[in-house]
Amino acid sequence: MVTPIQVTVQELNLPLLVPMLIAIAGGLGILVIDLLKSNLDKSLYVMLSMIVLFADLLAVAGITPNRGFFDLMLVDGVSIISQFLVIVTSMLFIPLALTSKRFHEFSYPEFFALFLFMVAGFQFMVSTDNLILIFVGIETASLALYTLIAMHNRSNSFEAALKYFTMGALAAGFYAMGSAVVYATTGSIELWQVKEALSISSSTGSMVIAVTGGAVLLLVAFAFKLSLFPFHTWAPDVYEGASAPLAGYMSIVPKVAAFAVALRIFDIYIDLGVESVRTIILILAVITMTLANMMALVQEDVKRMLAYSSISHAGFVMAALALGTTKGNAGVFIYYALFMFTNLGAFTMLWISRHKKLMYSDRYDHPYEKFAGLIKIMPMGAVVMALFMLSLAGVPPFSVFWGKLFIMSAAVDAGYIKLAIIMGLNSAIAAYYYLKLVVYMFLKEPVFNTDTIYYNISKPLMVIVGIALVVTVTSVFFFDILLTYIYAMISASGF
Amino acid sequence: MSFILSVLIFFPLVAGILGFIVDKGSARVYGISIAAVEFLLSLWLWMNFDAKSASMQFIEFFPIVKDFGINYYVGVDGISLFLVVMTTLMTLIGMISMTVKNEIKNMVVTILFLEMTMVGVFLALDAIVFYLFWELSLVPMLYIIGAWGGPLRVYASIKFFLYTFTGSLIMLVGMLFVAYSFYSITGVWSFALTDWYALKFDLNYQFWLFLAFFVGFAIKVPMFPFHTWLPYAHGQAPTIGSVILAAVLLKMGTYGFVRFSLPMFPDASVMMILPIAVISIIMIIYTAMVAYAQEDMKQVIAYSSVSHMGIIMLGIFAMNSQGISGSIFQMLSHGIVSGALFMLVGVIYDRTHTKIMSNFGGLATIMPKYALVFGIMLMASVGLPLTIGFVGEFLVLIGFYKVSPILTILAGTSIIVGAIYMLALYKKSFFGAVTNEENKKLKDLDNRELFSFIPLVAIVIWLGVYPKPVLTPIDNSVQAMLSFMKEKAITPEAKNMIIATQTAKEAK
Repeated sequence: MVTPIQVTVQELNLPLLVPMLIAIAGGLGILVIDLLKSNLDKSLYVMLSMIVLFADLLAVAGITPNRGFFDLMLVDGVSIISQFLVIVTSMLFIPLALTSKRFHEFSYPEFFALFLFMVAGFQFMVSTDNLILIFVGIETASLALYTLIAMHNRSNSFEAALKYFTMGALAAGFYAMGSAVVYATTGSIELWQVKEALSISSSTGSMVIAVTGGAVLLLVAFAFKLSLFPFHTWAPDVYEGASAPLAGYMSIVPKVAAFAVALRIFDIYIDLGVESVRTIILILAVITMTLANMMALVQEDVKRMLAYSSISHAGFVMAALALGTTKGNAGVFIYYALFMFTNLGAFTMLWISRHKKLMYSDRYDHPYEKFAGLIKIMPMGAVVMALFMLSLAGVPPFSVFWGKLFIMSAAVDAGYIKLAIIMGLNSAIAAYYYLKLVVYMFLKEPVFNTDTIYYNISKPLMVIVGIALVVTVTSVFFFDILLTYIYAMISASGF
Repeated sequence: MSFILSVLIFFPLVAGILGFIVDKGSARVYGISIAAVEFLLSLWLWMNFDAKSASMQFIEFFPIVKDFGINYYVGVDGISLFLVVMTTLMTLIGMISMTVKNEIKNMVVTILFLEMTMVGVFLALDAIVFYLFWELSLVPMLYIIGAWGGPLRVYASIKFFLYTFTGSLIMLVGMLFVAYSFYSITGVWSFALTDWYALKFDLNYQFWLFLAFFVGFAIKVPMFPFHTWLPYAHGQAPTIGSVILAAVLLKMGTYGFVRFSLPMFPDASVMMILPIAVISIIMIIYTAMVAYAQEDMKQVIAYSSVSHMGIIMLGIFAMNSQGISGSIFQMLSHGIVSGALFMLVGVIYDRTHTKIMSNFGGLATIMPKYALVFGIMLMASVGLPLTIGFVGEFLVLIGFYKVSPILTILAGTSIIVGAIYMLALYKKSFFGAVTNEENKKLKDLDNRELFSFIPLVAIVIWLGVYPKPVLTPIDNSVQAMLSFMKEKAITPEAKNMIIATQTAKEAK
């Protein structure tokens, strides 16, 4: 005899769903508008998306951390911070559609609808500790993202989308298998119950293998999403094929979301003292940051260099996650909060300089030579790009330095001095390829006889670059606030 | 003027930003006026500095990142005061003597930014603020070498940047560890140096932390075998770049040893006396020999810089007040003398576009004033008595004699080998018959050049004859530091080795 379950609307705690619903409703609204009247200008959709995202942001800001919807939803500090990062990056991304040159994908309203669905997917993904809902979130977001990449409508963007799709599908498979093993060993797919079950059983002999095996399968899935070694090979090609802003977006938002989930999952193992998981993560992280740095050194294209560099940054952050301390976990989000503006700024600078034809090389859109002697052609552009590069290299007082400082400090606190030194040395290697661009821009003579490389410049793009630049340069003044807020949120969520 | 230190640090920054608006043709004059104001400000600081007190003065403090213990914390004592004055002086003189023609506005702005970072390094009392200026100083220098340098400029500038950047990241890990130790003892985060001084580490920790800081500082000094970036940087840099690099940037490294390593890790420092002394003596003798083998005038002076930095390092690790005060004095003297020598090489390079000594000969008859100034600076560099170079070198040697007479004698050869390569340079270039017909048409120093050299010559002789006004404040602060170190030291060897003539009470 099944006892009936009494559910009140209050218990469902619907406000937790409001942010995602806003994004979804916004996406549907855009589709409806397109049905009613077609051939509307992209600026309309951009602004509508901005309004939807703004409402979304406000809704997230209004949430008090809680559980809801039959405990399926878990909106805690991690979730709120991740949602903030996702939405703010999206708001910086969407205006980049307003280029002066016409690019194919932005003329479709479906682009914006899919984009908003994707945002909702990411929000779902970070707002639950149920492995199935996480899966649904990942897939919603990823499927939308594959399409967005393909809409760039060049042969290499189809290739990129397909590559990302197949790799994503593989990762989904691993995720499903990992979840199944977790379910088999613990009898639950709710992470808090998994944790309880594991804390009782994980120490018994035969269980160790099963538990570790499940964790490894999940780790492989997330290694794909976070482009960790050896599952990173798709990333540079996909970044190259996607449009520059989307590549910048991909280097931030999917990773923030994946880190939030990875934090929820792997923190369990690290907390319970399953050292093998921690070791695997550390090794992956160290190899990722080092190898990606080496690869970035030999790239001939700035965008591919930035792709490898963001892989390296992800490795850097992954190491912080393995520390298992509150400081390390907070470091993940602090790093991305600072990195986001700088990296998106750098990709936007590439976007501004994008020409529809391959003007400077047979293969690449943004070879280094394109930027040679930029200081003589467009001094402001060169200075702005150089500031982004220096920030990415971790030169103080620019934004990424504070993230690096905090994560390295977390590593030292946790007793991982060697890790901190490896991080330091990696930053030094990384400085070389960032400097390479600076050297091209400042110290070399122009290779091509042009008076502009900023074909694509428009006011909205300049505003976005301006915001990114201001945040990058003045981070020393608000790092205090950011640190206090994120640290409080993360420690309140129990990580 | 209680904010004098902040004014000193940020005035060049603000002026540099405003400098973007100044017209190209007037940029030079703008730069000179700003540098002059900055120099006057630093003189004002000196005048108002209480020479009797050994403690930090003009302190400013406000939090930047409260939870993490990072504060904007600056102050000045006898050790840093003259380095700041020297920095502003050399920037001014360098700016006056600058002969760069292309993109002069960019150069002026870059130098002003560089001046901010240099002054900031010497005034910072918070490790992160120190690190911030330390790293930031690389960027303008990269640009100066890379944009106005010789044919290999890009390679040289990147080598310079990466070397120093790598070293300082290791140092950063050390800093984070110290901060964490402070946190685990007191429960509060702090990167303030004065807080850090209070920490007592056991010997093992001291050793590793000393090494971490050592990597950062030693590359900057540069100590053998990390010195290979320097000849490239000097060889390719434009005159102004070499002047600032030799006069100020190298001093950051030795200053770091005095400010961080010694007071924080007294036992490890004592433990490391022998290895560092050996490295220093290798630097002194080996690079002096390399200097002798050079054909390029500028390379001779570049290698002689490394040799002199060896003397400075030796003095710092003498662990007594003569040695350390002598070292700091030697930093000033080397700053002025090597700066002047690089400028002098710049003078002849501008006229002939070569720096190879064999192209010259008999310059003394063609350019008597130039030969005179060069001669004085050269003597000061060698360490002739009654010049500025003698005082520091002599004090260092006396100081280190108490540690090890044999090593001191070896180091003393620096005066002899120094004399050999310097006089050889002088002989080849200035004496003998004029071998190169074209050189007969060379003009002697013009008024602008005289105007930049005469003050330096005056300082070289003034401080050579009467160093007391500078030496006393330095010595006060050094004495205080030594007695603090002696009290803090935990091993008996260190207690014996550190010679403090004052007791801690007097120092306060």
